[in-house]
Amino acid sequence: MTGPLVEARGLRIGFGAERAVREVSFRIEPGECVAFVGESGSGKSVTARSLVGLAGPGADVRAERLVVGGTDVRRLPERRWRSIRGGVVGLVLQDALVSLDPLRPVGAEIAETLRRHRAAPRGRVRERTIELLATVGVPEPGLRARQRPHQLSGGLRQRALIASAIAADPALLIADEPTTALDVTVQAQILDLLAERKRAGTALLLISHDLAVVARLADRVHVMKDGAFVEEGPVREVLRAPRHPYTRTLLAAIPSERTRGSRLTVTAEPGPAAASAPGPAPGREAARKVVVEADGLVKAFGDRRAVDEVSFRLHAGETLGIVGESGSGKTTVARLVLGLVPPDGGEVRLDGAPWSALSESGRRPRRREIQLVHQDPLSSFDPRLTVRRLLNEALRDGGPSRATLLDQVRLSPALLDRRPRELSGGQRQRLAIARALAPSPRVLVCDEPVSALDVSVQAQVLDLLADLQARLGVAYLFVSHHLGVVHHLSDRVLVMRGGRVVEAGPVGRVLTRPATAYTRELVAAIPRLDGADAGEPVA
Amino acid sequence: MRARAAGARLGLAVVVLWGAVTVGFAALQLMDGGTLDLILGTSSQATPEVRRQIIADYGLDRSVPEQYATYLWHVLHGDLGRSYQLRVPVSEAIGDQLPATLALTSCALALAVVVAVVVALLTAHRAPWLRGGFAATETVALSVPQFWFGTLLLIVFSFTLRLFPAAGGLALPAVALAVTPAGMLAQVLRKGLEDALDEPFVVTARARGLGDGAVRLRHALRHALLPAVTLTGWLIGTTLGGAVVVEQVFSRPGIGRLTLTAVTNKDMPVVMGVVLVAALVYVTCSLAVDVLYRLIDPRLRTEAAA
Repeated sequence: MTGPLVEARGLRIGFGAERAVREVSFRIEPGECVAFVGESGSGKSVTARSLVGLAGPGADVRAERLVVGGTDVRRLPERRWRSIRGGVVGLVLQDALVSLDPLRPVGAEIAETLRRHRAAPRGRVRERTIELLATVGVPEPGLRARQRPHQLSGGLRQRALIASAIAADPALLIADEPTTALDVTVQAQILDLLAERKRAGTALLLISHDLAVVARLADRVHVMKDGAFVEEGPVREVLRAPRHPYTRTLLAAIPSERTRGSRLTVTAEPGPAAASAPGPAPGREAARKVVVEADGLVKAFGDRRAVDEVSFRLHAGETLGIVGESGSGKTTVARLVLGLVPPDGGEVRLDGAPWSALSESGRRPRRREIQLVHQDPLSSFDPRLTVRRLLNEALRDGGPSRATLLDQVRLSPALLDRRPRELSGGQRQRLAIARALAPSPRVLVCDEPVSALDVSVQAQVLDLLADLQARLGVAYLFVSHHLGVVHHLSDRVLVMRGGRVVEAGPVGRVLTRPATAYTRELVAAIPRLDGADAGEPVA
Repeated sequence: MRARAAGARLGLAVVVLWGAVTVGFAALQLMDGGTLDLILGTSSQATPEVRRQIIADYGLDRSVPEQYATYLWHVLHGDLGRSYQLRVPVSEAIGDQLPATLALTSCALALAVVVAVVVALLTAHRAPWLRGGFAATETVALSVPQFWFGTLLLIVFSFTLRLFPAAGGLALPAVALAVTPAGMLAQVLRKGLEDALDEPFVVTARARGLGDGAVRLRHALRHALLPAVTLTGWLIGTTLGGAVVVEQVFSRPGIGRLTLTAVTNKDMPVVMGVVLVAALVYVTCSLAVDVLYRLIDPRLRTEAAA
């Protein structure tokens, strides 16, 4: 084919009165990788999906020019769209657990693409399915083809999803947040796989909220905000010398070792404690009092030891990070510390007094001292209650005033009469933090508190957590699979794998000069902004 | 693990059946007048010899626990006793009537399922007027009393249009009986389909080039079937209950008529037999629902392994 694979000029997408995308233009050449980067709601997914005619129900797509694979797709009849979808353009979505039909074997999903586009002779569909699974690096493809998404690990099912998208050998593969739901090492593998597709000649349209993720793979990047491109250009230029302030904000928001001790948000509003970033805050170094002490914790589920001889101390006012991949036992440690599950061995002590050894009624009077913030705040709120009632309930047993609490987490009092569903992801997590702080706890257990958030919102929440700690002296037990986040926020870190602590110590040492092979592997897998320069050549 | 779960479920089924037998027996003991008077009937002028004979035959001279044990023993061996009124074994009385009722209820349910699946497939996430029109019709359908609708069908199709016989046919009674379950099923199926069609895997399937029909049939329908299967298990029970009324309206033979007569005449062995059969149907249905559930949703099968 001559000319670009995709050419869009003056593309506008509206939903009723709402204008989701305003006049964007871009080209994708055969074999190149273009990235759209922006926050949720910026219009990047809708723009990409309009290339397969799936912008959504009620979408009004208009353009001066919109050509996909040589076809003018403006007002294209549904029947002709169907041969473009899967045949010319493949689509990979975020979480394969829900993006593949959970009731069908993954092989059937791949075979569906093959049959629809007659990409394999009828008698060879099964054979070709297994070949495709092997191509995307799935071991034992014959067995895996018969399994359902929930039987595969996150990485394997994402590979299967990619196999189903490339089965008919499309010229363009759209990957919409393809690694957001994955652990860091798995994310690196999936990005490698996408790089391999690119080497094989497939053009990629990569969509992400995280510039670091696209840095390694993309040739050109478009930064999107409020339905328009604010900056575009070769990825190295945009990363090295961002021209638009918004791009700079996005770049600054990425937490890593370099951002440690500084703020992630470039904000005009200096919060009351904004001056004191994480670091040597008053009281932090002085009071090295141990608040939580875990000694030889063991927790088994059936035959499997989810937590195996884990010991640590959490001091007043410090942040102890726990990193590990899914299944490493980090969340179980958090639950043991909270006293939600009893340990099978070992003990948790709170302020030197028994905690895990107490009965639940014995723990109850002291429960207020140790609070939880989790990944998905929406499901942790009663959806029918307003913000006002949620906070009142949390403040039932005293604590600061509601106004103080709102001010601490920088939530506007105007939100008091809203319900959780009517808040943005960042506002919800602030509300969750406010609720956890209401009883004036001494320890906050944060279980993946920013994993579900965009980079820019994540930055705000991380800054907030840092401010609050400096101001209130709360100790954080910070559980995360994201090494950059942990590096940014924590003082000390535990690296967990298979229920055991493989490495522990000050975060600067463990994550910059890892002593174990496993930690080195984790650190190497972190997507970096300078990745475009280092490592293997991508193209 | 799986064998143990299946064993527990079967055990529970046996407990339910035993409960039904026991409640039936207790109800018999609590009836006023005593069993003997029920057997003899109010107008009977039985000689003392006849009375003694009956007492001996039915074991009425023994203690209640003894009678209960004997009854349980007989039920275990398939002996449900003799009908006081019909003077035949209860199993025979029920066996004679059961096929007619089974024919009626299975036709009604098959009709309901087919109509509901078609309506749900055609109207889920469609234009508001179409979807809304059908949704409203379903609400009316499931609130209409069956005896009223049955009578209406008779008046229109038998007496006025003379298309169907007023008595003996299967079509009209099956339609009358199918209306409520069809309405309910269609609503549950459409909700299930719409929920499934909003899932990300539907976007993926469409991005593969699948048409709307294929997405609905191959992907979404299976998800929508899960809640519908649960409902169907329960509907089979209620449809059997509805058959009592519909058989009466259409003068059809069947368990419904048998039960009605038995209750009116206080023919307790028959009533207890019917209760036991109903319990058996319920238990079988819920076991079947469990099995079907596992067939449709493989995630439940492999839970222990994962």
